[in-house]
Amino acid sequence: MRALIIARRELYAYLRSPLGSAIVAAALLVDGILFYWHSGIDQKLLSAQVLQEFFYDATAATMGAGLLLSMRLLAEERQAGTITLLNTAPIRDRDIVLGKFLSAFGMLTLMNLLTFYMPLMLYIRGKVSVGHIVVGYTGLFLFGSAVTAIGLFASSLARSQVVAFIIGAAVLAPLILLWVVARAVDPPFNTFFSGLALHHENYRPFMSGTLQFDRVAYYVMITYFFLLAATKVLEARRWR
Amino acid sequence: MIEIQELYKYYGDRRAIGPLSTSIAQGEVVGLLGLNGAGKTTTLRVLACDLLPTSGTVRVAGFDVVERPDDVRAKVGYLPDRPPLYEDMTVREYLGYAARLRNVPTNDVKRRVSDVFELTEIGNVGDQLIGSLSHGFRQRVGIAQSIVHGPELVVLDEPISGLDPVQIMEMRELVRGLRGAHTVVVSSHILTEISETCDRILVIDDGKIAWSGTEAELSATLKQGMRVSLTLRAPGVSSQAAAEKARATLTGLDGVREVEVLKPAEAGEGIASLRVAVTSDVRDAVCRRLVEAGLGILELSREKELESMFLELLGEGQEQSGRKRRKKKRADAEAAAQVLAEPSVSDKEPA
Repeated sequence: MRALIIARRELYAYLRSPLGSAIVAAALLVDGILFYWHSGIDQKLLSAQVLQEFFYDATAATMGAGLLLSMRLLAEERQAGTITLLNTAPIRDRDIVLGKFLSAFGMLTLMNLLTFYMPLMLYIRGKVSVGHIVVGYTGLFLFGSAVTAIGLFASSLARSQVVAFIIGAAVLAPLILLWVVARAVDPPFNTFFSGLALHHENYRPFMSGTLQFDRVAYYVMITYFFLLAATKVLEARRWR
Repeated sequence: MIEIQELYKYYGDRRAIGPLSTSIAQGEVVGLLGLNGAGKTTTLRVLACDLLPTSGTVRVAGFDVVERPDDVRAKVGYLPDRPPLYEDMTVREYLGYAARLRNVPTNDVKRRVSDVFELTEIGNVGDQLIGSLSHGFRQRVGIAQSIVHGPELVVLDEPISGLDPVQIMEMRELVRGLRGAHTVVVSSHILTEISETCDRILVIDDGKIAWSGTEAELSATLKQGMRVSLTLRAPGVSSQAAAEKARATLTGLDGVREVEVLKPAEAGEGIASLRVAVTSDVRDAVCRRLVEAGLGILELSREKELESMFLELLGEGQEQSGRKRRKKKRADAEAAAQVLAEPSVSDKEPA
């Protein structure tokens, strides 16, 4: 599968460049500080609540890291002219997008897996279930995949990584803040907007260890939609 | 190998190429020659399936670039004007990656990479990061990636751009080395570069094939418009008389189209200057005839070198299209001025 060849090269680029390591290290630092805040200082919380807060806080680091990791994926290739190598190789545009996505998502997943020592401590010292941890991480990975797809779509639109980051943030922010809109409007629109929000309504069940398949489907659809959009951008560029 | 019929490519409203029709046979080494902006790169990008045509048909190795782009890409190796190199990879890693992307079986990748190392003479930098290579080596690595999968067609866009004279000679050798194993299309805006390496030249101007033929044919075509400047001296007569004598001597000589008397280039008795338009390179015959007529030749020079005559050839085409553009702009401006000058409906109505 050609997408895996691209994904491997990109992962290699992340691991070799200081930027990839710096992003992961910064995200882990933020995760660690927030975890310490909830578990160490705020002693009144139960371990399950601390775990819930951990999965909530981890989305902030995932969001930031997801955008930063994905902004370079296609924008850098265009800027450096290396996109020509991919464009003139016998690969479908969807494989290019998929390969790029897999590399950033893989890096993000690796980063989130490195936070595992925190839930593990709660598991050993507190009272949390394995199911809660597994479902929480499932939600975090799904959230990460949606953010990465949005970042990749933004990267397909821009030549500059900075512009790609800004576009990604501009797409992501309204999707995150839809829950605020949901609170401000009357039924049935509030249900509609909260159902579309990238966080809150769709993410909270994972935080509390409840696996709901409609929420899983939501994140899969968001990911698919933005990957498809990125593919269409690449295809359209050949006709421009 | 390549069949192009009525190809057009537009960037928005701007026509980059078209109508462009040509064909290139298997094994040919063809040079695409034209000024910057003539449409060379766009044509090559269409051949490499990097861009899709707006209209027309392009078939490479029997496959249509729109209907079967993956089949075309598998058979084409492309070096853009800026080689697509990942600076964080070593040359070996990069070529392995390029080979795998282009369907080279995993077992064959090492062998193919070794083969192109040998062909492009980059084995000694195989384990260096691409970011640390000189421009010449980068170009070589660029060529290596374009042939690592053994394509039938190799498309090279300005491969000598930015190289020093030694590197240019090495690059010429490298391109010549591709002859036989591949069909090669090379673009350049330098006539001598193309003529050194190619069997056939396609001159592209304003997105169209302006001329096609071998280097010898192109030279002959260009030399038809050659002009020779002469400065002569005829002892004991006036400049006017010397000029008239020279004109009479050369008029009717085989290959001489026109003799024009110019203002003498130097002061002095009996010195005259002429411009002779010739249909072929008859400079030696002109000199002989003048000397036999008792005219001394002080100076003779070809007024235009081959390169600049070629540029003039293309320049004329560009000037014509430029004139058309200017004419259209003027017409638009006049139309706009007329519209502005006409009173509007509200102007006609009483206040």
